[in-house]
Amino acid sequence: MSALVIAEHDNREIKPATLNTVAAARALGGEVAVLVAGQDCAAVGEAAAKIEGVAKVLVADAPHYGHHLAENLAPLVAGLAKDHGHLLAPSTTFGKNLMPRVAALLDSAQISDIVAVEGPDTFVRPIYAGNALATVQSKDPVKVITVRSTAFDPAAAEGGSAAVETIDAGEDAGLSSFVGHELSKSERPELTTAGIVISGGRGMQSGENFAMLERVADKLGAAIGASRAAVDAGFVPNDYQVGQTGKIVAPELYIAVGISGAIQHLAGMKDSKVIVAINKDEEAPIFSVADYGLVADLFEAVPALEAELGK
Amino acid sequence: MKVFVPVKRVIDFNVKVRVKADGSGVETANVKMSMNPFDEIAVEEAVRMKEAGTAEEIVAISMGVQQCQETIRTALAMGADSGIHVLTDAELQPLAVAKLLKALVERDKPDLVILGKQAIDDDANQTGQMLAALLGWSQGTFASKIALEDGKAVVTREIDGGLETVSLKMPAVVSVDLRLNEPRYASLPNIMKAKKKPIEQLSPEDLGVDATPRLVTLKVAEPPKRGGGVKVADVAELVDKLRNEAKVIP
Repeated sequence: MSALVIAEHDNREIKPATLNTVAAARALGGEVAVLVAGQDCAAVGEAAAKIEGVAKVLVADAPHYGHHLAENLAPLVAGLAKDHGHLLAPSTTFGKNLMPRVAALLDSAQISDIVAVEGPDTFVRPIYAGNALATVQSKDPVKVITVRSTAFDPAAAEGGSAAVETIDAGEDAGLSSFVGHELSKSERPELTTAGIVISGGRGMQSGENFAMLERVADKLGAAIGASRAAVDAGFVPNDYQVGQTGKIVAPELYIAVGISGAIQHLAGMKDSKVIVAINKDEEAPIFSVADYGLVADLFEAVPALEAELGK
Repeated sequence: MKVFVPVKRVIDFNVKVRVKADGSGVETANVKMSMNPFDEIAVEEAVRMKEAGTAEEIVAISMGVQQCQETIRTALAMGADSGIHVLTDAELQPLAVAKLLKALVERDKPDLVILGKQAIDDDANQTGQMLAALLGWSQGTFASKIALEDGKAVVTREIDGGLETVSLKMPAVVSVDLRLNEPRYASLPNIMKAKKKPIEQLSPEDLGVDATPRLVTLKVAEPPKRGGGVKVADVAELVDKLRNEAKVIP
């Protein structure tokens, strides 16, 4: 039986976390199919067919799938379980919203946020903000899984040539409707897939001061993140939050500025390849995970960093 | 309107969790336990609904060992009216919790179930969505704003790219995110009053639910340690190291 990956997309493009999820599905050892459910999403189906290692793409197109409401998508996905032993989605707000609903419809215990595949029924997942790793075995006939994208190298977006099949859409459950959204507009790379991330914490003192980080980010092509403390203080929106209850990132370079390093924040970034910490408190826990630590006043160090990068 | 608020007893968020030497789990003996922080936000929101006149009755529910009653008392001190404790010493996984909650919802008929988006122990982020599925109800996950109007719950959700607003047919399940509100501290008089509020106790069997865990934990291990690195003297040295040693910037 093949594994089915639920693609995350915006009806125009596939979100990158889908590629990491395909990689996790391939690690199961069987064939991989991808479901694209959306509205006017044929282009997404074609893109999914090009992902390396994908054997089949199922497209379900209907107006009530346009905003990925879990009430409408869950019965569709659960209905496909008879042909698929594993259902996987990225552990993004899309997957976290949808998959438990699918799992409950199938009477299956979901395995959340896996970081490794040990076998077709055995997976590793972080618990307690990543302070422990649990190896769990599922006895359910259908495994419902969300995948931590930073733990799997993405499948190549090109190179595949899967067959695309249109499947019947289910009904509108009539339980919920989309009202609107406010998406953060940014020219910068997306936080969870950026190669470099620069994050600010409570030490930034205000939202205005994040402009200093933005100038450095512009020089590096980096995304901007924040600690929960900075979000709670209202400096930046919640979708900047890196940590146990925010986003999990693992860039090549993570620069933590004015962040003390609570375990909840470390949970979101400690798998970064290189970590830099800039903090005036040399006892700050962030230095215990930093490859390069600079004990300095960030209001001097960050402008100096911007200047040095310009050289 | 009757509101259910499920609350979980978890290791306090300030405790540094230690993995047991035999790899069977994490050390919970003599460790400070508290209400899951997200569930506190859910209790606070329910109490504010009652203060605003949109909710009449708040029932706090917890499941697990006898000490879960302390967690229920915390919710009662914050303003919940009564509690339900499903007593069991066995491990409860999210699917089982959702089934137990479903049984209680069908018995007591609340209009809204509001709970934390995830518990900070198992980090599963499943229970609310599973409960909504089992009941065939709408779900508003990761809420940062909840407005009740004309039999609908209009929920603003924290999503990866920003915010999304959905309109939910009631009854509904809403899971809450951090920015929804700031939970209050219970006052001493309210803590005293909470001791007199009723808590019903029953077992999974009383509710006719098989709560046996479905996932088997084979082992629990420490994550690989990340060694601390070096301190650099100034920004020039930092940039030099990043360029020439780590080679992560051009």
